Amino acid sequence: MTRFIDLTLNGISTGTVYAAVALALVLIWRSTRIVNFAQGGMLMFTTFIASAVINSGASYWVGFVVALLSGLVLGALVERLLIRRVAGAPPLNAVIVTLGLLILLEAVAGMIWGNTPRSFPPAFSIRGYDVGGTRVLFAPNDTFIVLVVIGVAALLGALFRGTALGLRMRASAFAPEVARLLGVRVGRMLTVGWALAALVGSLAGVLVAPSVFVGPNQFDPILVFGFTAAVLGGLDSPYGAAVGGVILGLALSYVSGYEGASLVTLAALVILLAVLMVRPGGLFSTTRERRV
Amino acid sequence: MSAIAARARVGRARIGELTLARGLLLALVAAAALFVASELLSSFADLELAEGLYFFCVLAGLTVLTGLSGQISLGHGALMAVGAYGAALLIGEQHWALVPALAAATAITAVVGLLLGAAATRLRGPYLAGATLAFAVGLPALADKYSSTFGGENGLVVNPPNPPSGLGSSLPLERWEAWIAGAGAVIVLFTLHNLVRSGYGRAMRAVRDDEIAASLCGLRVARVQTLAFVVSAACAGLAGGLLTVVLQLASPGAFQLSLSLSLLTAIVLGGLGSLVGAAWGAAVLVLLPSWTRDIANSFSLSTKVSSNMPLAIYGLVLVVAMLAWPSGIQGGVRAGGARLRALVRSRRGG
Repeated sequence: MTRFIDLTLNGISTGTVYAAVALALVLIWRSTRIVNFAQGGMLMFTTFIASAVINSGASYWVGFVVALLSGLVLGALVERLLIRRVAGAPPLNAVIVTLGLLILLEAVAGMIWGNTPRSFPPAFSIRGYDVGGTRVLFAPNDTFIVLVVIGVAALLGALFRGTALGLRMRASAFAPEVARLLGVRVGRMLTVGWALAALVGSLAGVLVAPSVFVGPNQFDPILVFGFTAAVLGGLDSPYGAAVGGVILGLALSYVSGYEGASLVTLAALVILLAVLMVRPGGLFSTTRERRV
Repeated sequence: MSAIAARARVGRARIGELTLARGLLLALVAAAALFVASELLSSFADLELAEGLYFFCVLAGLTVLTGLSGQISLGHGALMAVGAYGAALLIGEQHWALVPALAAATAITAVVGLLLGAAATRLRGPYLAGATLAFAVGLPALADKYSSTFGGENGLVVNPPNPPSGLGSSLPLERWEAWIAGAGAVIVLFTLHNLVRSGYGRAMRAVRDDEIAASLCGLRVARVQTLAFVVSAACAGLAGGLLTVVLQLASPGAFQLSLSLSLLTAIVLGGLGSLVGAAWGAAVLVLLPSWTRDIANSFSLSTKVSSNMPLAIYGLVLVVAMLAWPSGIQGGVRAGGARLRALVRSRRGG
């Protein structure tokens, strides 16, 4: 029973990270109808930058902020330089461009920092809390992870719902022509959307790095989990992404705890296929899927 | 009147216009060219030829899947792993002969492809890419989970294939491997060449271009797409089996996500749907790593840089090709040829 509780707590902590990756994918899908397969590479790259900053002697928090800022810049650059040119082309082209960016970023990271995974410090202690004399699998660092993801999600929600910028961004995503006619600079809104999404992604990278280590290919599974979580909740729904992330985190934590860590990615594949077969729009979709 | 026209049509249907005969001719020419090439090349180059030939098998399958039926797969590296491990277990543990082992590896992978393909028919674009991505990332971990069967990180080692004694004792092993891989590649070429031009090929193109119109014409969309996936998976399985035979090793490190993405790069570079393009792509996959190694050595770059150079180039190629040159090398050659022909015709006309 204690093992079950431990796995549940661990699942909540990793699930919030998956939720953050899913949120990054959902934000981009909503605005540009592109699944950003480069997200795994982008958050890997920004985490490497943070790691380099921390290794050069700066404090953890400097690295943390640098990661988020570099995510912001990287997201904007990717939208400006690449994505804008494939908008309107067949969807396969955008998929291939983001995949190309994924291996390009992985290769460049390998060139600069080498392919051997390196450790990454956690923000707070990873020694579990003592509850009634037993140590549970939930540490101050996990509290930090959960709180910071909830905080960022709340900020994004407030931005989209409560500010003029958020309104313009939503308008650009849902009705670009009308928004443009009303004077919204749709292109700029898309750039901002990509930058924000990449920021959320880079946050997830820094948060998950202590447990997966930092290496060019270390974040491939995280991308798969984020995508699965996003599909689980419905690619269109930010709330779905959050809930999907936590559900996936729990499910994978049980699989990892009871069946072994090497089956986790295949378990994610099974969950992904099951969701796509049974409810292709995701658990929380509001629109009915198109039927042919 | 119509009888004369019909006779004229029969008369015009020369050997070059009959699909089956043309495919057979193409296969014979390819086999002869490969035989001559393998005789001329050094044993190291023969090994590279063998590698290029198994890459051709998987790329031909993948380019037909993506170009003809419009489905993307990031899982073909993992499907190759299925074929490679199947062949390694059958040859190494069960001591099967080469041909039945390769045939069985192909069949096993086709069954896996059937399962994956049945799921894939319900998925489109990014969803399909994501699902096959999960397959590619997840499958190599199985080697670790069941390490007593699959040998864990070190993989499975098999003995090199023995050339039949009838061919003489002087036949180098690498040349024999190139012949084995060449036989596989020629079979794939013949099969796919016919498939592309058959009713199935037309059905795939129809489904790719407009699913609703295709189903209104009585085509079973799901069945056509699953068939494409199974054929493509079988090619990947054969390629994996050949890889085991040529390299004498099946290990999880060879089938990471980067392999699947390299395969995708190769077919984009060659032009989606083009079998000749698949040959171009295979050449790039084999030659690029050794070229970049040479270049890195001559500029005395570190191994960190040189070992990641091919992947960086693949990434750049994918991005740039999609932005600037979506029809690939073969598309470029074809466009150049068309321009040349137009030029000649206008000269003759004027």
